[in-house]
Amino acid sequence: MFLFTEGGHSIPVVDPLGTAGVFSLMWLVIALPLAGAAVLLLGGRRTDSWGHYLGTAMPIGSFAISVYMLLDLLGRDETERSVSQHLWDWVSVGDFRVGMDLLVDPLTILFLLLITGVGSLIHVYSIGYMSHDPRRRRFFGYLNLFVAAMLMLVMSENYLGLFLGWEGVGLASYLLIGFWQHKPSAAAAAKKAFVINRVGDIGMSLAIAMFFVTFGSTSFTVISQGAGEAGDGALTAIGLLLLLGACGKSAQVPLQAWLLDAMEGPTPVSALIHAATMVTAGVYLITRSNFIFELAPHAQTAVVVVGTVTLLWGAVIGCAKDDIKKALAGSTMSQIGYMVLAAGLGVYGYAFAIFHLLTHGFFKANMFLGAGSVMHGMDDDVDMRHYGALRKAMPVTFATFAMGYLAIIGFPGFSGFWSKDHIIEAALVESPIAGVCALLGAGVTGFYMTRLMLMTFFGEKRWLKDVHPHESPSVMTVPLMVLAALSVLGGVLFIGHWIVDWLSPVVGEAPEHALPIPALALTAITVVVVAAGVAVAWLLFGRRPVPATMPIDVSPVIKAARADLYGDAINEGLVVQPGRVLTSGVVGFDHSGADGLVRGGASVVAGAGQGLRKLQNGFVRSYALSVLSGVLIVIVTLAVVNL
Amino acid sequence: MEFTKPALEYAEIWPIIVVLAVGALGVVVEAFAVRRLRFPLQVALSLVGLVAALVGTVFVGTNLDEAAGGQARGLLGAAGSVVVDGPTVFLWGVVLVFAILGILLFAERRLENGVSAFAGQAAALPGTDAERDAQSLDHTEVYPLMMFAVSGMMLFPASGDLLTMFVALEVLSLPLYLLCGLARRRRLLSQEAAMKYFLLGAFSSGFFLYGVALVYGFAGTMDFAGIDQAVRSDTGNTALLTIGIGMLAVGLLFKVGAVPFHAWTPDVYQGAPTPVTAFMSAGTKIAAFGAILRLFYVAFGSDRWNWQPMLWVIAILTMLLGVVLAVVQSDVKRMLAYSSVAHTGFLLTGVLGAQSVGDLAAGQVTSTQAVLFYLVTYSFATLGAFAVVSLVRDASGEATGMVRWAGLGRRSPLVAAAFAFFLLSMAGIPLTGGFIGKWAVFTVAVSAGAWPVVAVAIASSVIAVFFYVRQIRVMFFSEPEGPVGEVATVTRPSLLTSGTIVVGVLGTLVLGVVPGPLLTLAGHAGQFIR
Repeated sequence: MFLFTEGGHSIPVVDPLGTAGVFSLMWLVIALPLAGAAVLLLGGRRTDSWGHYLGTAMPIGSFAISVYMLLDLLGRDETERSVSQHLWDWVSVGDFRVGMDLLVDPLTILFLLLITGVGSLIHVYSIGYMSHDPRRRRFFGYLNLFVAAMLMLVMSENYLGLFLGWEGVGLASYLLIGFWQHKPSAAAAAKKAFVINRVGDIGMSLAIAMFFVTFGSTSFTVISQGAGEAGDGALTAIGLLLLLGACGKSAQVPLQAWLLDAMEGPTPVSALIHAATMVTAGVYLITRSNFIFELAPHAQTAVVVVGTVTLLWGAVIGCAKDDIKKALAGSTMSQIGYMVLAAGLGVYGYAFAIFHLLTHGFFKANMFLGAGSVMHGMDDDVDMRHYGALRKAMPVTFATFAMGYLAIIGFPGFSGFWSKDHIIEAALVESPIAGVCALLGAGVTGFYMTRLMLMTFFGEKRWLKDVHPHESPSVMTVPLMVLAALSVLGGVLFIGHWIVDWLSPVVGEAPEHALPIPALALTAITVVVVAAGVAVAWLLFGRRPVPATMPIDVSPVIKAARADLYGDAINEGLVVQPGRVLTSGVVGFDHSGADGLVRGGASVVAGAGQGLRKLQNGFVRSYALSVLSGVLIVIVTLAVVNL
Repeated sequence: MEFTKPALEYAEIWPIIVVLAVGALGVVVEAFAVRRLRFPLQVALSLVGLVAALVGTVFVGTNLDEAAGGQARGLLGAAGSVVVDGPTVFLWGVVLVFAILGILLFAERRLENGVSAFAGQAAALPGTDAERDAQSLDHTEVYPLMMFAVSGMMLFPASGDLLTMFVALEVLSLPLYLLCGLARRRRLLSQEAAMKYFLLGAFSSGFFLYGVALVYGFAGTMDFAGIDQAVRSDTGNTALLTIGIGMLAVGLLFKVGAVPFHAWTPDVYQGAPTPVTAFMSAGTKIAAFGAILRLFYVAFGSDRWNWQPMLWVIAILTMLLGVVLAVVQSDVKRMLAYSSVAHTGFLLTGVLGAQSVGDLAAGQVTSTQAVLFYLVTYSFATLGAFAVVSLVRDASGEATGMVRWAGLGRRSPLVAAAFAFFLLSMAGIPLTGGFIGKWAVFTVAVSAGAWPVVAVAIASSVIAVFFYVRQIRVMFFSEPEGPVGEVATVTRPSLLTSGTIVVGVLGTLVLGVVPGPLLTLAGHAGQFIR
């Protein structure tokens, strides 16, 4: 079955088959890490000695089941690759029905493999990275919780279950960003991520409410089959609300400010949650909701705009950061901008958005773990101005990081080359301005990544005293090697357009569209632009020594970029300040007005008998006054309505 | 004028009568039993009475269809002044379940070294010799008092006319005023709270009574069916009706603690003995919302367009002020009190989901169903949360200051986890009952067109998450500050309190994971009858 858009595209509707064979084990994919989290978090100190092994085994188990399911799907006919499992009726009253249903289809299975595969590698790496941390068991518990929630997010067959996962990953992210709670900056960052994500969650909750009102259901199956009959206004509103949700979770402008601060968390967390998986949930949401966005062109335009702005925004921030993790975070923001842009292009872009998401998951996880390995050797210093010449000291880290580097800048043949090139191509055809911006972004990517490479691994030693860089243990370098190999070879997914064909039963088949210039010429232009970015970076940072302290007399542009392009100021002005004024107003009223007894109460107990009588008289009177004012409100509203 | 003796339908209303009789019997016990026997006698009597009433309620509920001879699900009993219909039976059941849990909390004696949480002798002035002499005594009058309150709570939503409703309001309120003033510790605070509650309660009862008079002036009758007739035929002076609705609303909104009638809530919740707070935060809300539903749906249902905007304003004010004030609290009990104010707002949002039966799609959730379900989920969470509060103590009794709770998660992980779970349910996090409840009331309100209220409700729940999670953070992630004596620890309770907490956790969890049966039951309760 298909839906048809005004543009004449046909969108497949969700129409899963029942479970059979290995798919009856679908629930185990989520249950394993969830059980791991339960054992580790509830088991207490008893599990300290073996907890991290259990925590690592769980996602590996899920990965094995996922691979098995992939093999089964590969053997099936194209129309039979969507399978759902009904676990139980979550809510079931009359027509008000939400099942705890899981769905595995070509889109979901890719996510399952990414989450459990990269997730397992990061678990292994964490055994080494967190080996000296007394709370390692708890860390693994949270990581397992995250994996379970993320799997719930991508496996649910309805928006309500998706929301359950959505909140779950938010909670896990909050716990993990603030894992080193003794650092006030970590606690503050966790809070910030939490608050900004709440704004996005309002969008999600309202979207779900609108699904109910419009379709009477939150199931993908029902909504995709009924989307054709819904009104344009409702679809556009739902699309924009979903986009708001995606912006919060995926750190897109204007809700981007939390991601940079989130780097306060342990580095494996940055790699797993804030690079490879959770932050891409917004892209999943948009791709999964293709039946909404295809029918709501205005919402799609908004998606393209958000993606384009963010890809440049993140890239500019990435250019100015000296903190290696924050530079990578800026880059993550920018790369997700590419994915969102691609997802906004509709049937032309979904497959490439997911393709880039997968390759990005490989190379960015690789580079984050590489950065973690560098920090491990540099006594947890993150300032790249204190690095330099590390390629000799840490050869394995350097070699694997270099693979990630070549992949992200789009060096021909590496995974990022294939995925990014097609996004630029599709954007140029569908929306030339966005296409040019994406091309420009590729150049800037070349610049900031080269800068990062040069400052970290090349040039002079700028090490602080008593720092003796050393290579990390093999429990950390082996995952790096695996991820490096994936960064290089990720492009194989594109052999014979495999990934496009694979996803077409979910996202639809893109009609042919003509490029204004030959594809090969465009690829050449992209490579030249990237090379230009690399060359500029080499001229600035490779040929002359890097100052060990941050230069202060810089241009306003760099200053702005160092200040995250004033993202905090924008958030502050739009949300925080008005909120604070409102709160302080209310608090002031609270102190002086009817409710002064909050504080008075304590002194009353302390035995201020005389004061008590005064307080008591005063307050009952003002309480009564409050009741009286309520009477007025009630009568006046009733009168106004009845007049 | 000829007097006809009203026929009482004992077969349908006996659950109320059982509870009342147990209350009266309790007074007799108090007067004649020796002191040593009073505590076990009273507890046993109350429990047996409540369980009997609960069994009776189930019995009445299953026979509801036959009761009215197939006309409607329910009957107008006691000459029309008591209505036994689906929602009534549901609310009776819920009130009784939470009353049983309340009795268990009342009877807890391990926390205070062998005596209950109530003052030994209420009449003894604080700080006198008489008070010290009464240190080892137990105040067993609380059980009959509670029985009277429970009977009022059962009658309140079952009343069929305005006078019965008023009488029920007083029957449920007066014992509660007394119970609030009986705390063993911090007696001044407790007595002050009771005094305030009483004064303001009397004040709002006045409004209610005035409203009764005005509506009688409009309709010429007291019973809801007659008022409904008068509203439909639009005879009489509408100004009387409008102001009358307003005055009645004030009386009821005061009881549920809606803004700006909420001022008593934090003081009373904080001052009252914690078992009483736990019981009344659940029981009063259940009864009063039942009454609101009956009054506004049955008597004024066809005048909906006129009173709904007023409730919109109150609901929005209640949610916003509730959550914003909860954010600035530094005391756990006050935080829970303001959170209860906010939940009143969410419940009012559900009340705004009223639609004519004709506008409802088959099988759609009705607003009655949503509100009834929400009441149950909220009651489990709030009763459980206050039960936990009664365990966290230091040398001077309960330690309700938020800073004292720092690091509780490390010292008593199970208790802290239970508290966190209740808070998550109140915050409406998925897989807890609170989530389904919120979702149900929001959905019915949206489908009735009250989406601006729902938008505010969602924004408020977002703010609310902040202070609930902050409390969880304090318990699990903060290091205790100050000397060791300043830190609260969990006192080991007897099976009574821990059992109540376990029931609360299980209820909240089950309603979050498989809410279907209870939602169906609430839906099966059907509509109010006239």
